[in-house]
Amino acid sequence: MDAATNLTTNATALSGITDFLSETWAHILAEIPFWQDILLPALWDGLIVTLQLVALTAPFGFLLGLLVAVARVYGVRPVRWAAQLYVIFFRGCPLLLLLFILYFGLPSVGIVLGSFLSALIGFILCNSAYNSEYLRGALQSVKGGQMTAAQALGMTKLQAVRYIVIPQALRKALPGVSNEFIYLIKYSSLAYVVTVIELTGAAKIIASKYFAYFEAFAAVGVFYLVIVTIATLSINRLEKKYAIPGTGAGKGT
Amino acid sequence: MSEAVSAVITSAPYLLEGMGVTLALVAISLLIGFLCGIALTLGQVYGPRFVKRLVDIYVWFFRGLPNIVLLFLFYFALFPMTGFDVPAFAVAVVVLGLRSAAYQSQIFRGAIESIADGQMLAARSLGMTRWQSIRTVILPQALRLSLPGWANEYPVLLTDSAVAYVIGVAELLTRTAQVISKTGEPMVLYLTCAVIFILLNYGGMMLIQRVEKKVRIPGFGNNEVTDT
Repeated sequence: MDAATNLTTNATALSGITDFLSETWAHILAEIPFWQDILLPALWDGLIVTLQLVALTAPFGFLLGLLVAVARVYGVRPVRWAAQLYVIFFRGCPLLLLLFILYFGLPSVGIVLGSFLSALIGFILCNSAYNSEYLRGALQSVKGGQMTAAQALGMTKLQAVRYIVIPQALRKALPGVSNEFIYLIKYSSLAYVVTVIELTGAAKIIASKYFAYFEAFAAVGVFYLVIVTIATLSINRLEKKYAIPGTGAGKGT
Repeated sequence: MSEAVSAVITSAPYLLEGMGVTLALVAISLLIGFLCGIALTLGQVYGPRFVKRLVDIYVWFFRGLPNIVLLFLFYFALFPMTGFDVPAFAVAVVVLGLRSAAYQSQIFRGAIESIADGQMLAARSLGMTRWQSIRTVILPQALRLSLPGWANEYPVLLTDSAVAYVIGVAELLTRTAQVISKTGEPMVLYLTCAVIFILLNYGGMMLIQRVEKKVRIPGFGNNEVTDT
C-alpha cells in the first residue's frame, strides 16, 4: 500500500540484520586471541600427553594381556586361577577407582608412584585384562587338532602354542583388541582425575580459569572426535588386511 | 588394622546408600539407553536417508567422546545454557543414557540385520503394514537375539557410572572418597569399594544369564550378536 513505509520497514529490518552480523563478527574477532594464544596451545600440550599415555599403554597392555590369556588357557590350575582372579578384579573394578587406589591408596602403604606413572599402570592393568579376554576367546577357538598335529610333528607344547596357535589366534583377536585400543584413547581422559594434564585436564583448567566451559569442552570434544575417527579408519584398514580369508573375521565378537 | 576395620564398619550405611545411588544411576541409564537405542535403530534401518545420516552422526558423536568430556560438556556448558538448575544426578543419567543408546542401537541393528529379509516379505504379503511387521515380527526376534550383546551393557555402565564422581554425584566412589577424607585409611576403604563394585558386576551378570536362558529362541543355540 504505502510504498514509503514499506521501504522504511525494509530498510530498518536490513540495518537490523547488518547490525547483528557486524556484532557477531566483532564477537568472533574478539574471541580469536583467546583461541589462538590460550586455548589451542594448551590443548596441543595436552594432546601430546594423551598420545604418550596411549602409545605407552597399548604395547604393554597387549603383551600383558597375551600373557594372562596364555596362562588362563594353558597354565596349570593355580596359574589359571590367578589369571582368572586378575581378570575379574581389573575388569570389575571401575578404572577411576583403580587410579585412586594407585595414586591415593598406595602412598599410605609406602609406595609413591606419581601421577603419570599411576595413570599409566592403571591403564595397562585395565587394558590387559580386557585384551586377555579377546585373546583367550581367540586361543580357544583355534581347533584342538592343530595342537595335536603340531605335537605329532615333534613340536613341544610351548613350540606349538608359539608357532601354530598364537599366530592364528592373534588374527582372530584383532577386531576385539583394536576396539579396546579405541576405548583406551577415550578412557585415557581419566588421567585428569589423578592430576595428569592431558587433553581433558588442559581443557578443564582453561575452562575454569577463563570461565569458558563451552568453548573449552567443545574444542576438546573436536580433538577427541578427530583422534578417534582417524584411529578407527586406520584400524578398519588393518583389520581388512589381516582378516583370515573366508572366516568373515573383521566382525567384532 | 582395627582402626581400618572400624572405619569400614562405621561408614558402611553411608557407603551402602551410595551403592543404591550407583544402582539407580545404572538402571535409569540402561532404560533411557534401551528406549532411545531402539528408536535410533529403527531410524537407522528403516528411516529415510536423512534420518539414517542423523543417526550415524549421533552414534559417531557419542561413541567418539570420552565419558568424562561428555559429562563436563553437559554439566558445565549445555545444561546451564538452558537456564534450568539441573542436579548432577540427572545430568549423569542423561549423559550415560544417551551414550549407552548409541552403543545399544548398534547391538540392535546387528540383530535386525541378521534376521532374514524373507520375514519382512512374508509379513507384508500376509497384509501387515510395514510398521506392524516391524513391531510384531522383526522386533520380538531381534530383541531376543540381541540379548547376549545387550547383557554387556550392564558391566560397562556399572564401571562407567563411577565417572559421575567428576561432577559430584554422591554415588559409591564419591562417598568412599568423602569418607577417606574424614577418616583416612584410603587403601582399605578403596578396596572395600572395589569389592562392592565387583560383586555388583558379577551378581548382575549372573541374573542376566538366567534371563538369557529363559528367553533364548529355541534351536538358535548361542548365536551372539554384538556391536561391530
